[in-house]
Amino acid sequence: MKALILVGGFGTRLRPLTLTMPKPLVEFGNKRMILHQIEALAAAGVTDIVLAVNYRPEIMEKYLAEYEKQFGINITISIESEPLGTAGPLKLAEDVLRKDDTPFFVLNSDVTCEYPFKELAAFHKAHGDEGTIVVTKVEEPSKYGVVVHKPNHPSRIDRFVEKPVQFVGNRINAGLYIFNPSVIDRVELRPTSIEQETFPAMVRDGQLHSFDLEGFWMDIGQPKDFLTGTCLYLSSLTKKGSKELAPTTLPYIHGGNVLIDPSAKIGKNCRIGPNVTIGPNVVVGDGVRLQRCVLLEGSKVKDHAWVKSTIVGWNSTVGKWARLENVTVLGDDVTIGDEIYVNGGSILPHKTIKANVDVPAIIM
Amino acid sequence: MSLQVPFHTKANGAAAGGATKAVILVGGASRGTRFRPLSLDVPKPLFDVAGHPIIWHCLTAIAKVPSIHEVYLIGYYDESVFRDFIKDAVHEFPQLTIKYLREYQALGTAGGLYHFRDIILKGRPERLFVLNSDVCCSFPLGEMLRLFEEKDAEAVILGTRVAEDAATNFGCIVSDAHTRRVLHYVEKPESHISNLINCGVYLFATEAIFPSIRTAIKRRTDRPNRLIRYPSAENLESSFFAQQAADDDDEESEKRSEVIRLEQDILSDMADSKQFFVYETQDFWRQIKTAGSAIPANALYLQNAWQSGSSELAQPQPNHIIAPVFIHPTARVDPTAKLGPNVSIGPRAVVGAGARVKESIVLEDSEIKHDACVLYSIIGWNSRVGAWARVEGTPTPVTSHTTSIIKNGVKVQAITILGKECAVGDEVRVQNCVCLPFKELKRDVANEVIM
Repeated sequence: MKALILVGGFGTRLRPLTLTMPKPLVEFGNKRMILHQIEALAAAGVTDIVLAVNYRPEIMEKYLAEYEKQFGINITISIESEPLGTAGPLKLAEDVLRKDDTPFFVLNSDVTCEYPFKELAAFHKAHGDEGTIVVTKVEEPSKYGVVVHKPNHPSRIDRFVEKPVQFVGNRINAGLYIFNPSVIDRVELRPTSIEQETFPAMVRDGQLHSFDLEGFWMDIGQPKDFLTGTCLYLSSLTKKGSKELAPTTLPYIHGGNVLIDPSAKIGKNCRIGPNVTIGPNVVVGDGVRLQRCVLLEGSKVKDHAWVKSTIVGWNSTVGKWARLENVTVLGDDVTIGDEIYVNGGSILPHKTIKANVDVPAIIM
Repeated sequence: MSLQVPFHTKANGAAAGGATKAVILVGGASRGTRFRPLSLDVPKPLFDVAGHPIIWHCLTAIAKVPSIHEVYLIGYYDESVFRDFIKDAVHEFPQLTIKYLREYQALGTAGGLYHFRDIILKGRPERLFVLNSDVCCSFPLGEMLRLFEEKDAEAVILGTRVAEDAATNFGCIVSDAHTRRVLHYVEKPESHISNLINCGVYLFATEAIFPSIRTAIKRRTDRPNRLIRYPSAENLESSFFAQQAADDDDEESEKRSEVIRLEQDILSDMADSKQFFVYETQDFWRQIKTAGSAIPANALYLQNAWQSGSSELAQPQPNHIIAPVFIHPTARVDPTAKLGPNVSIGPRAVVGAGARVKESIVLEDSEIKHDACVLYSIIGWNSRVGAWARVEGTPTPVTSHTTSIIKNGVKVQAITILGKECAVGDEVRVQNCVCLPFKELKRDVANEVIM
């Protein structure tokens, strides 16, 4: 089987992290975002993966070569000379996606969930039509495009209602699809939207079905959602009884859902959790309080600091008695001085912060 | 300019003999409202900065002048208020007799002196120091005394230079740069006249000050509404009195006709006497008006004590004590806590493991739990700061004479103050807040007064 991952542009919504690292390579739950997807695809029997990007960071190729070897799969990069939207890349990657008659997966690289590719493929095969989109139930469907089914049919889609003012359903497009190769015939090589153009056409022909997603779902394209997505992901690990999580019997673990890389060092009298990921070679000092935060590789949180709802970028340092909160994001190699308070600061790489950031601000 | 003949014999004679007395003006409970919420629980002159009551610092300076043996505290607090303080002070300064003279109504800074003139003049002292208790400075009384003798003065005022734009908030002095004579004095002028301001510390010849006050009182009796600028305001005077009780403002409460103030009613006239001089201090000087101003005062007194090698202060230790720090002998500070600079820890206060306290006053019986952070704040008596909590004010420039700052276009108090028996929950953050007594803060708060 084959898969197309829609990566797209520079991931500006996830800056300042993406000023240093292409979005697919940012670690989510101590694992690069793209690796979560490649792992799940390979496990479902995918042998060929195409990454649709409109820029070509060299660093990405290094990692992709590694993953090709690790999973015994082929990964190709399909570069758009101009942005082709969400459907155009299908046409551009036609050579790979049409190499055999099996259906192929399409996924947005920003989405995190418990990727149910095997079940999706089985379901798709069972209904026999051209396409299946994964849908997830949301609490406030009025903010999204809602999927409405044909009367008396559990999965065949009748129509999409964009931002419904009246309740028509609560299932929305989760950004994961499986298509028969014939779907590519519906797409032209121009900037087109899969949601706006391809799907309505398939719906008219009665060829599009929905598949209900189990468990969590989150678009983690921006820092606030990245943190929320981390919480959901860690909760799902806890639910599955994952051995990766730090045991809640450790004295410093508070409320569980904590992921600590084995190479990280944790000081005395800390209180860590819930919902914390600590990356490789991270150093956490004494008396540190961490909750709902992500410490990326090589970062350092000094003694008595208090960190909440924050992403600490690679190789960054948080000073003693510093306090970070309210979706603060530190880019690569940022230094927060001792006793400094940062409220919702987005700090660009290589900055040193010596004065409080009292209100949310971007520090250039 | 005439050549002045120095009075050698008199200068020498005075240093040896000629009694000097001192008065500390302490005000009263209905005053000092700007020192709330701290003055809700302790009279401002007895509030501890750098480990000692504000008036202790005045008294220490007075005790260094050998010719002073009698000190009066004049104010309108209840008799009992200063009893314990005086008991302790007499023990500490055995050469001094200290008496509290209570005004039964506020008479104004000069009115109070005049009211107690018989007591003050007993023993016929030649000179009288008058210190406002609400200033923080090095009180260079010896230098003022030398200038007084050198110039054969009737009055010497302590002056300091401030930034041009701050000067109009104070009494402004125009002086002759060469002779140091005061040529002109205006209290809080509307326009800029000088950046040399009145520090609230005076030395008077007893022969000059009491007649001056008498003259001012007489003038007041002859023209009772001198202070009221509009002729039609005469009939408003009664409403002024009615308003009095409710009116908290320090300035307003003094506009009563029987109130005679040194600054407004005496000093400008003295500038005409030609024997009025200014001693310009190069040392630190700050007002202690708002509660927040206790923080710069604490810092300045601690630095002064540190630079003069005081044995009272804690010994500096890397990552533990950043001098200057005062820790009361009965306080308990964990060795992993980091304190200073400019921190005073009061009696029986507890500072937990890994706590950080900087530029702050931690009062009696309060507790800072482990890993908490207290910056530019005053922690009230018996208050609690939770683990990983952050209680924070904002630093103001060293040269600033104000304790408020503008944040997002709104004026807020720079120093965070917790009144008596307040509690800040674990991990809670309190920034630029003033919290009245007995409040529990369970959620983050910023830029507020918490009633």
